[in-house]
Amino acid sequence: MIDVRGVSAVTLADGVRAGKWRAREVTEAYLDRIARHDGGLGCYLLVDADGARRRADAVDATQKAGRDAGPLAGVPLGIKDIFCTRGLETTCASKILRGFIPPYESTVTERLGAAGAVALGKLNMDEFAMGSSTENSAFQPTRNPWSTGHVPGGSSGGSAAAVAASLCAGATGTDTGGSIRQPASLCGVVGVKPTYGRVSRYGVIAFASSLDHPGPFGRTVEDTAALLEVMAGPDPLDATSIPQPVGAYRKATRAGREGLAGVRLGVPAEYFQAGLDAEVEAAVRAAIDELARAGAKIVPVSLPHTKYAIATYYLICTAEASSNLARYDGVRFGHRTAQARSLDELYSKTRGEGFGAEPKRRIMLGAYVLRAGYYEAYYGKALRARRKIADDFSAAFAGCDAIVTPTSPVPAFRAGERVADPLQMYLADVYTVAPDLAGIPALSQPCGLTKGGLPIGLQTIGPALGEEICFRVAGAYESRTDWHTRLPPEATS
Amino acid sequence: MSANASGEREVPSHKPIAGGAGPSQGPGQKYEVVIGLEVHVQLATRSKIFSWSSAAFGGEPNTNTDPVCLGLPGTLPVLNRAAVESAIRLGLAAGCTIRPRCRFARKHFFYADLPKGFQISQFDEPICDGGAIQFRLHGEAHAVRLTRIHLEEDTGKNIHAPAGVSFVDYNRAGVPLCEIVSEPDLRSAEEAAEYVRAVRALVRYLGIGDGNMEEGSLRCDANVSLRLHGAAAYGTKAEIKNMNSFKNVREAIEHEIKRQAAILDRGERVAQETRLWDPARGVTQSMRSKESAHDYRYFPEPDLPPLVVTEAELAAFRAALPELPTERFARYTGPVGLSPQDAGVLVADREIAVYFDAVVAAGAPAKRAANWVINEVLGRVDDPRRLGDADLPVPPAALAELVKLVEDGTLSGKLGKDVFGKMWGERRGAAEIVAVEGLAQVSDGGALEEICRRVVDASPDVVARVQGNPKLIGFFVGAVMKETGGKGNPKAINEILRRLLGQPTP
Repeated sequence: MIDVRGVSAVTLADGVRAGKWRAREVTEAYLDRIARHDGGLGCYLLVDADGARRRADAVDATQKAGRDAGPLAGVPLGIKDIFCTRGLETTCASKILRGFIPPYESTVTERLGAAGAVALGKLNMDEFAMGSSTENSAFQPTRNPWSTGHVPGGSSGGSAAAVAASLCAGATGTDTGGSIRQPASLCGVVGVKPTYGRVSRYGVIAFASSLDHPGPFGRTVEDTAALLEVMAGPDPLDATSIPQPVGAYRKATRAGREGLAGVRLGVPAEYFQAGLDAEVEAAVRAAIDELARAGAKIVPVSLPHTKYAIATYYLICTAEASSNLARYDGVRFGHRTAQARSLDELYSKTRGEGFGAEPKRRIMLGAYVLRAGYYEAYYGKALRARRKIADDFSAAFAGCDAIVTPTSPVPAFRAGERVADPLQMYLADVYTVAPDLAGIPALSQPCGLTKGGLPIGLQTIGPALGEEICFRVAGAYESRTDWHTRLPPEATS
Repeated sequence: MSANASGEREVPSHKPIAGGAGPSQGPGQKYEVVIGLEVHVQLATRSKIFSWSSAAFGGEPNTNTDPVCLGLPGTLPVLNRAAVESAIRLGLAAGCTIRPRCRFARKHFFYADLPKGFQISQFDEPICDGGAIQFRLHGEAHAVRLTRIHLEEDTGKNIHAPAGVSFVDYNRAGVPLCEIVSEPDLRSAEEAAEYVRAVRALVRYLGIGDGNMEEGSLRCDANVSLRLHGAAAYGTKAEIKNMNSFKNVREAIEHEIKRQAAILDRGERVAQETRLWDPARGVTQSMRSKESAHDYRYFPEPDLPPLVVTEAELAAFRAALPELPTERFARYTGPVGLSPQDAGVLVADREIAVYFDAVVAAGAPAKRAANWVINEVLGRVDDPRRLGDADLPVPPAALAELVKLVEDGTLSGKLGKDVFGKMWGERRGAAEIVAVEGLAQVSDGGALEEICRRVVDASPDVVARVQGNPKLIGFFVGAVMKETGGKGNPKAINEILRRLLGQPTP
C-alpha cells in the first residue's frame, strides 16, 4: 500500500496523471488510514468507501483511456458535512437533518468531482457551523491530532483534523467567522477563505448567508491553490457569486518562492494586543521577520474598528441564522417529532428535539435582533459597523498589498474548557471575523509550534479578489520554512 | 405590510375625478366608509420567481417543484427577470415610479405551506411606488391612488382532508406575485369591487397574468374602517381575507361595513383584527387579533443582490406597452364616437377591444360594429376573452362582412341576426349563407311594388281605415314581409306602401 501520510494533493494528482499510481490505490490507502486512525479522532461522520472506490475507478478508467481525468485526478478529499451530496446523507452535524439525503449536489463538490477528485466521506463540524471547537457536533467531538486532549478548532474541525492526520489529501470547509482559518491554525494545516462570492454557496447549507464562504483545506499552500482554482468561479445557481475570471492561484504560490520584492505587508497593531498568547505572538512576529527577509516591506497599518468586529458579527450572523434555520420544521425533510398533536406542536417539538443548544441560542438571539421596532438599533447598526470595518481594510490596502496577523489569539484549547462559556468560545474568532465581515480573502498557514507541541497559524489577508497576493505571500513563507512538513503523531484507534 | 395599515395617519379623503362624492347608502349615511385593498396578482411566467420549475396552475400535487422552491437546505434563489419585467410593465401602466434599485426582504412566519419559514418579498424598497388605478362607476371616473407594487413569491397550498389529516401541495410555492397596495381611497363595497375589476383588466391587457379570482391567480384582502363624516382620523380597521370573486368582495365588505356600524352605534370600539369572509354563511369571522399578529422580522434578503433597473430597460418597456383601457376608452368616446356605455363594455377586456378594432378595421362602421359585438358576439361566449381565440366561429373580418351586408341593405336587420346565428353555428361566411339560402333582401322596386299592390288590393277594408289611423300601414308592411319570406327591404316597402296609400313619407 502507498504511504500517503504527509503527501500533498498536488503530488498525488501528478502521480495519478503520470501513471505512477492508480487512483484506486491512493483511495485505498486513505480508506485504510481512516479505518486505522479515525476512531481516536472522530473526523468522519460518514465514510463512503464504496462511492469513493467507484469514483477512483472512474478516474483510472479515464486515465487508461488516454484522457486527462482532471487537475485533481485521484485526489481523495474529505467533504465537510455542510455540503450537500446527491444520494449521500448530509446532516450539518445536526440531529434535525439526520436521514436527509439531498437530491442535488453542491456546486463545489460537483466541480471537485468533475476535476477528478475522489470524495471519501463527510466530515464532522460544529452543528450548523456554529462553534469554534467542533464540540457542538450533535454526533461526536473531533480531537486535535497534535494532542487528543485538545480541540481541533471549528467549525470545520473535522476537515482540519482530517487533513492534519492525513485522513484525506485535502478537504472542503466553510468560513463564516473563521471556521476554515481557525481550525487550520489549530491543526497546523493551510486553510483559505476566498472573497465572498468567489466560490458558489449553492448546495452549502446556510448558516449566515452574507458571511458564509466555502473554501479549501490543504497540507500545503499550493494544494489549497489547486483546490480553489477548481472550486471557484461564477455559478448561475448563486446570485451572489461574482463573475470575474478565477485567478492563477498555483502560479501565484510558485511566484512567492521567488521572493516578495516590492510587496508591502501591513501589520495592524490592533491584532497584537491584550489576549494574544505570548508564544503565538512570538511565532507570528518571527514569521513576519521571515517575510521581510523574503523581500517584503513591513508597514504598520491601522484597523481602528476591529474592536467592534465580534459584536457586529454576532448581531448579523445570529439574525441570518435565525432566518436560515426557520425551514427546519419537520414538514418536508429531516427530523420530525413523533409527539405532535397540532401544527404548533409539530414545530416546537421538532425544533426542540432536533436543534442542539448552540443553534437554539443563536436562533433566539437572532429573533431578538430582528424583532419589530428594533431593526435599526441592532441589525441596522451592525450593518453600519460592518461597513466601517470594511472601510478600515480599504484604507489599509491603500498603503499595503496584504495584511499579516495571527490567525487565532491562542493555540488549541483543551476539550471541554470553553463549552460552558459561549462568550469565551466566541472570542476564539477575534482575528478571523473581520475579513468575513468585509468579504475579503484570508489564508491561514502553519508558522510554528508551541512548547507543548501545538500548531500556531499565520493569517494573510488580501483585498477583495486579492487571492493571488495571499497565495504569493503564503507561498513565499512556506518555501522558506518547514512548518508545513511537520506531522502530528499517529493517532491510534 | 401595507403602508395604509396604520389607522392614525391623516389623509385627504378620496373623491371621484369628476363629480361629487359617491352615493351613500345604509351605514354610509352616518359613517364614512374607508377601504384600502391589497391585491395579489400571480404573474404568468413560465418558471417560478426564484427557481426553474413550472409556474403553471394545476398539475398533480408536488409535480411542479424543485429543490429551491421546496426550500431544501443549501438551495438559493435566483431572480427570474421575466417576473421583474411583468411587475415593471404593471407599474408603468398604473403610472407608478419604478425604482432604479430595489431590494428583496425576508418575511418570516411559520406555516406548513411556506417552505423556508420565510417568504421572499419586498419591504422598505418595493419595485414600484405611487401610481393609481383608474375605473369608471356610474358614469364617474375614479382614480384610486396606489401606495406601492412589490414582487414576492407565492406560498404552497394546504389541503385539509377529513380525519384531521393535512396535505401540502407546493406546486404554487414560488409562483411570482405582484402585490398591489392601494391607499385607503375607496368609499364603498361597490367601488372596491370595481377597483379589483380594473386591476384585472390591466393585468389582462398587459398579458402578465390571467387574473382569475376563482383559481386564485388574483386575490384580494380589504382593510375596512368607518369614521364619522368629517372626522380627520381614520377609525380602527379590520382586514378581510378570503374573498375569491367580485361578488365576494362586494358582499364581504358590505357585511363588514354593517358589522362595524352596529358596533359603533352601540358606542363600542371596533377591534383591530384579521377576519375571514365565509361566503356560505355570508359573514366575516375573526381569524387573529392584533395582539397575536405576526412579527415578520423583516430583513434584506442576503441571497439576492439589489435589483437594478436601467433607464434603457424602462424606456423599452414603456415603448412596448399596449393601448390600455383608459386610453382605449378615451379613443372610443372621442374620435370613434361611441357612447360611454358602449365604450365601457368594449374596453372591459382587451380581447373585446382588439376584436372590435379588427371589425372596424375590416370596414364596418364603428357604431354598428359596437352594437353587433356587444349584443351578438358577447352574448354567445361564456368568457369575453374567447374573442381572442384564433378559432372563434365568427372572426372579426367575417362579422365586418355581415355588418356591411346589413348596412348596404342586402340583409334586413332581423335577417342579419339570423345569418349571424348560422355563421356562429356553422362557421360559414355571411355572403355564402346569403347566396346559398337566397336570403338577399328584395329591394327591387318593381317586384316589391307588385307584391304591395296585391296586398293592398286584398284588404280594401283596411285601406279605408288607414286615413284615420296611419299606424295601420304596419299591417300591410307585415303582410308584404310575409309574402317575401322576410327578405323584403323594409325601408323600400314602407316607401311603396305610403305612396300607394297616399300617406306622407315621415
